[in-house]
Amino acid sequence: MAVEARTSDFGGKARVALNDPKLRANFRRAMDGLMSKRAAQFSDKEEWTALRARGAAVRARALARLPELLEQLEAKLTANGVTVHWAETTAEANAVVLEILQKAGARRVIKGKSMVTEEMHLNAHLEANGIRAVESDLGEYIIQLAGQAPSHIVMPCIHMNKVEIAELFAARIEGQPYTENVDELTAAARKALRDRFADADAGISGVNFAVAETGTLVLIENEGNGRLSTTLPPLHIAVTGIEKVLEKLDDVAPLLSLLPRSATGQVVTTYVNMISGPRKPGEKDGPKEVHLVLLDNGRSRVFCDTELADTLRCIRCAACMNHCPVYTRVGGHTYSFTYPGPIGKILTPQIEGLDCAGDQPHASTLCGACAEVCPVQIPIPDLLARLRTEAVHPTSIAVKGGGSGRSLAESLGWGGWTALYSSPLIYRISTRLLGLFGNLMPACTPMLREWTRIRSKPKFAAKSLHELARERGFSNDER
Amino acid sequence: MTSARDRILSRLKSAPRRTMPERPDWAAPRYGEGRMTQFRAMLEAAHADVREVSAAEWPELLRAILAGKGVDQVLFAPATAAGRKLAEAWATGEAPRLVPYDRPIEEMKPVLVHEVQAAVTTARSGIAQTGSLVLWPTPDEPRLMSLLPPIHVVLVDKARIVDSLADTMATEAWAGGMPTNAVLVSGPSKTADIEQTLAYGVHGPKELIVLVIGEAA
Amino acid sequence: MSKSGRPHTAYFFGTCLVDLFYPEAGLAGMELLQREGLRVVFPQKQTCCGQPARNNGHPDEARAVARLQLDAFPGDWPIVVPSGSCAGMMKVHYPQLFEGDPDHARAVAFSARVFELTQFLVEVLDAKLTDKGQPLTITWHPSCHAQREMGVVDQPKTLLRQLANVTLVENPREAECCGFGGTFAVRQADISAAMVTDKVASIEQTGAAQVISGDCGCLMNITGAAEKSRKAFTGQHIAEFLLERCHGR
Repeated sequence: MAVEARTSDFGGKARVALNDPKLRANFRRAMDGLMSKRAAQFSDKEEWTALRARGAAVRARALARLPELLEQLEAKLTANGVTVHWAETTAEANAVVLEILQKAGARRVIKGKSMVTEEMHLNAHLEANGIRAVESDLGEYIIQLAGQAPSHIVMPCIHMNKVEIAELFAARIEGQPYTENVDELTAAARKALRDRFADADAGISGVNFAVAETGTLVLIENEGNGRLSTTLPPLHIAVTGIEKVLEKLDDVAPLLSLLPRSATGQVVTTYVNMISGPRKPGEKDGPKEVHLVLLDNGRSRVFCDTELADTLRCIRCAACMNHCPVYTRVGGHTYSFTYPGPIGKILTPQIEGLDCAGDQPHASTLCGACAEVCPVQIPIPDLLARLRTEAVHPTSIAVKGGGSGRSLAESLGWGGWTALYSSPLIYRISTRLLGLFGNLMPACTPMLREWTRIRSKPKFAAKSLHELARERGFSNDER
Repeated sequence: MTSARDRILSRLKSAPRRTMPERPDWAAPRYGEGRMTQFRAMLEAAHADVREVSAAEWPELLRAILAGKGVDQVLFAPATAAGRKLAEAWATGEAPRLVPYDRPIEEMKPVLVHEVQAAVTTARSGIAQTGSLVLWPTPDEPRLMSLLPPIHVVLVDKARIVDSLADTMATEAWAGGMPTNAVLVSGPSKTADIEQTLAYGVHGPKELIVLVIGEAA
Repeated sequence: MSKSGRPHTAYFFGTCLVDLFYPEAGLAGMELLQREGLRVVFPQKQTCCGQPARNNGHPDEARAVARLQLDAFPGDWPIVVPSGSCAGMMKVHYPQLFEGDPDHARAVAFSARVFELTQFLVEVLDAKLTDKGQPLTITWHPSCHAQREMGVVDQPKTLLRQLANVTLVENPREAECCGFGGTFAVRQADISAAMVTDKVASIEQTGAAQVISGDCGCLMNITGAAEKSRKAFTGQHIAEFLLERCHGR
């Protein structure tokens, strides 16, 4: 498993990724495909507008009632026979999961795909305590074999092409010959994992939506590994963030119509599991014990800021990263932490702190492609701008590491900028001087050095528009 | 000492209250007369084999389909109406051997994981919008039937095909009582994790055969 | 068709980038408005919309500069801006920026008067252009904020398609960001470089002789990279381009 990164080095990692033509080709191809599939799903603009407004409202309502809904969820699940656990930190959550497993004497765990367990680095924790956790989602299985972390929240091994996967399987799966045939590679994984499912003592999964009204855990997937992980072993542990709760079962329908279509352009996933409890007397299968671990890890802090709390609406569809011109070029590993792309750029600095991921909100042109496709209308560019503010002018204790981006040079720079642009007189003198002498500025000045590496130097006009407007007699009507 | 639960909840409760938006109007699509066409088209697009057949003839049709695939062991639910009908119809003539799911999984695991090649279950309803089958497992028809064998045959009553998930949730009042496990199935198991190339049968069934039971086919 | 609410006077907000680097684009914009019979007022007090400070986490500084613009455009005439990005700042972000400020109501009223140039020409003035230029193939580059904040997608193309001798070829990657993003181009210079390199390549692939845009920030980035790598195409602001076509250069 990847070692947990403590600080973000976006620029440095981006440089490495940008110089990897294979990686860039893998992402470009994949993102182009995902974008066109999504566009085909939402060609009816009226339907999209109404559906996403409903989706956004459903998520906003759930967050508005979050504490009471969590209590309701807990009560319902408990009544259904599910044991609910709460964890403030990832360390606490790891300890809870380990304790459940140890109490049950479980040594072998099969895992369905779960980004929250990635956030916890659960596999490494279990491994260190003598429990082998095998990932069963094909993409997760591939990156586990490769010893890597996911580079995308829906398609974990999207950074790899089939040649790399063929080489990995031939090297790491016993008796597996080299093949680039995708059906054969898939069959090899099925074969290798079949017995892991059968002999697992426990299954661990994530949760897409937790319905407070009925105490139902909704889990969507295409492969059937999620169903197997949550049905075949005698013990099922579901792990989720506290924000995934929904008010009503009816709220699932619009969100299910948004999530897979936004994610992969599928109208629905092959399987939609709705789990409401452990095996009842008389039932022949299903786990005898079901646990839900609710992880906070900074979410309740984020929740305290009503603007930034919109981050928690996210349903993890990954449309924002699929459409992000930055993500497409640098890939998921550049983001260092669990959640890459635009959602990661707003979530990571809030969870981990601006002091260790403060470069991420700035790794964006604020182009807005993410917000345009977000099925729950998270205003990602506005939140990026807000986090940039918190880094230099902290206003909210909800943001960890606020103020850590302050520097004297920057403060002086923006002070000068403000003086220039808020005084018509200074502005007029400055533009006149720049018009006269600006083009003498050498390309090696700090502001121009990066710019002119691949671009020609901008040319200052001899006369500003202000001057030309005066000369041409345009009215300066100040009333 | 307070618990993690109390600390999390008290932090959430101390947060400023926010306005709760109304749910804006949204309605899932309606298909009217085109319902069956949509249901079939969506399932077929997802690689499922859809057949319309009468209540009297489905066991024979199924016998022929499975024989064509060389299936010799079929898992079935002996205590359901469909299971009884299948057992009765296949009692005579050449047919795959019927294996009953009549004991807990702990006693059946090797049979389910490695032996049976197909299983027959019923669906509570079908959803036209997405081409989905609503499986509502019961003690007589357990969850793993639709998951472990490589071929999953599902019977759905044509009269129980509805427009959308929202529709069926509302009309059947799901929120009033959910089973241990309900699942929507919308095709055979698949993955696109390798270069976005579709491959079927990664962990669940490789084939999904849907028998839509209606008036004479 | 003359709309009932057709104004007789419009303010022009030139933008700081146009002021320093592309004044001819600004002049052309004002002339296009005059051709439609409008009186154009250019307040000499105007400077910058304040977006650079806002986008870099300095809302107080952005507000100080924005307040000067509120003062500079006191009349109730529309404010026309030859940039989707600066227009987006003034239309979408001013009300947020002045939340809780005594000038909030003034900012809201100001923002309601803001139009991007092509949007104003098409939606308010219903401008009709006559092309007197030589045959030419062009492609369009929309700025991110024009598309996504101002909703300006079809308006510039409506104008370009009125030009009889101009062939507009679509760039399949047109909607993708060119990679400028203000200080992003310096903070994440390598990513910005990769983005503009791709943008230049996608424009080159259309075979167009010129790329036309409504935003000088994008143009400075795209034509700067095209020039440095000696590409055959050039770039121009839509205001200047339209005016030249009408004059038959």
